[in-house]
Amino acid sequence: MMKGFDSLLVQSGFFHMTLGMLVMWVIAFVLIYLAIAKDFEPLLLLPIGFGILLANLPLSDLMQPGQGLLWRFYHHGIQWEIIPPLIFLGLGALTDFRPMLANPRLIFLGAAAQGGVYVTFFVARWAGLSLVQAASIGIIGGADGPTTIYLTSKLAPELLGSAAVAAYSYMALVPIIQPPIMKGLTTKAERVIRMKKGRKPSNLEVIMFPLATTIVVVLLVPPAAALISMFMLGNLFREAKVVDRLTKASQNELLNIVTIFLGLPVGATMNADTFLRPRAILIFLLGLVAFGVSTACGVLMAKGMNLVSSNKINPLIGAAGVSAVPMSARVVHKVGSEADKKNYLLMYAMGPNVAGVIGTVIAAGVFLTLLR
Amino acid sequence: MDEEMLAPLAGQVLSIKCAVGDAVEEDAEMIVIEALKMETPVFAPCDGTVKEIRVKEGDYVEEDDLLVILST
Repeated sequence: MMKGFDSLLVQSGFFHMTLGMLVMWVIAFVLIYLAIAKDFEPLLLLPIGFGILLANLPLSDLMQPGQGLLWRFYHHGIQWEIIPPLIFLGLGALTDFRPMLANPRLIFLGAAAQGGVYVTFFVARWAGLSLVQAASIGIIGGADGPTTIYLTSKLAPELLGSAAVAAYSYMALVPIIQPPIMKGLTTKAERVIRMKKGRKPSNLEVIMFPLATTIVVVLLVPPAAALISMFMLGNLFREAKVVDRLTKASQNELLNIVTIFLGLPVGATMNADTFLRPRAILIFLLGLVAFGVSTACGVLMAKGMNLVSSNKINPLIGAAGVSAVPMSARVVHKVGSEADKKNYLLMYAMGPNVAGVIGTVIAAGVFLTLLR
Repeated sequence: MDEEMLAPLAGQVLSIKCAVGDAVEEDAEMIVIEALKMETPVFAPCDGTVKEIRVKEGDYVEEDDLLVILST
C-alpha cells in the first residue's frame, strides 16, 4: 500500500520540478498579473502567460511534438503560417487608410520609422547573433506583433517566445518609451506646429488602395504576400461596404478566435531550457533599441521633410510611424496636446501609423527574400 | 457676432459640458469627443455665450462638423 503511494508520488510532476521551471512560473505570473491588473496588452499577454505556465509543468505532453494539444496549435497554427495572416485579415478590416490617403507624404514617416528594424539587425549581428536571429530581433522595432511572430517562426523559431513577449511588452510600454525620445528630439516650437488639413479621399480611392497595394507589394517583395494579401483583403471587405457580414466576422469573431490560438502556443514555446539563457536578456535589450531607434527615425524624417517643404509637419507624428496601432498615434496626440491643448494630432498621426504597418510587413518580406 | 465651433476630428460625442445660455471663457472644455478609444476635449474658441448646441451625446460627427454656435 505504502509502496503504491510512493510510486504515485514519484510519477507525479512534483518530483520533476526544476529551479528553472519555478523561475518560468514567476515570469508567467508576472505577465498574467500585468495583463489583469495593469491592462498590459491583455489580449495577448494573458494567454501567453498561461501558455508559459503550461509549458513549465513537468511530464505533461502538451508541447510533445506529434501529440500534445498546444504543440498541435503551434504546429498547425503558427508553423503552418495560418494564424498571423488571419490576424492581418482582421486588422485590415479594422484599419482606415483615409488619414494616410488624405496626406500621402506621411507615408515617408511610416517608412522611416522602420529604421530601427535595420539598425538593430546590424547591431544584433555585431553582438554575435546569426543573420536569421538578428532579423527576427530587428523586426521587433516595427512594433507589429503578428509580423514579428510570422517572421521569427520562419527564420528563427527558437527565439519565438522571447521575441513575441518582447514585442508585445514594448507595445504596452509605448506610452513610456516614446515620449522622452519625442520630446528630446523636438523643440517646443516644433511640437506646437498645427498641421494643415488634408484633402478628403474619394470612395474610389479607398477601394482602389487595397487592390493597388496588393499588386505593388506582392510584385516587389513576393515573400510578404501572405501577410499583405490578407491585410488588404480585410481592408477591401471594409471599404467595399457590400460585405458587411464578412467585415464584421473578420474584425470580431475571427480575429478574437485566432488571437486565443496565437498567444497560448507562443507562450508554450517558452520552456525553461530554451528561454533561461543570457540570450533572452540580449533580445529584450535589442528590442528596446529597435523600438527607440524607430521612434527617433520617424521624428527625424519629419524634421528632414520640414527642411525642404514649406507645408510644415509636426515632427511628433513621425513617432507614430512605428506600427503600434493606434497606441503610438494616441501618444503623439497626448504629447502634442501637452504643448498646445488645442492641437489635435490624433488623426494626422494615424497616417504614418497605418503606413508603418505596411512598412513593417515589407521589412519582413525583405528579410525573407534575402535570408531564406 | 456668432462664432462656430467645429469638430477638430471625427468621432463620437461622449459628453456635452455646456448648456444653451452658458457664458463660457476661451479654452473652456465644451464637448468631449471619443475617437480611437481616446477622449478628446474640444475647447471654446473664444469667450461668449452658448447660443446653440448642434449635437447630442452619442452622435457621430465628422471632421469640421458644426458642434456649437457661440455668440460673442
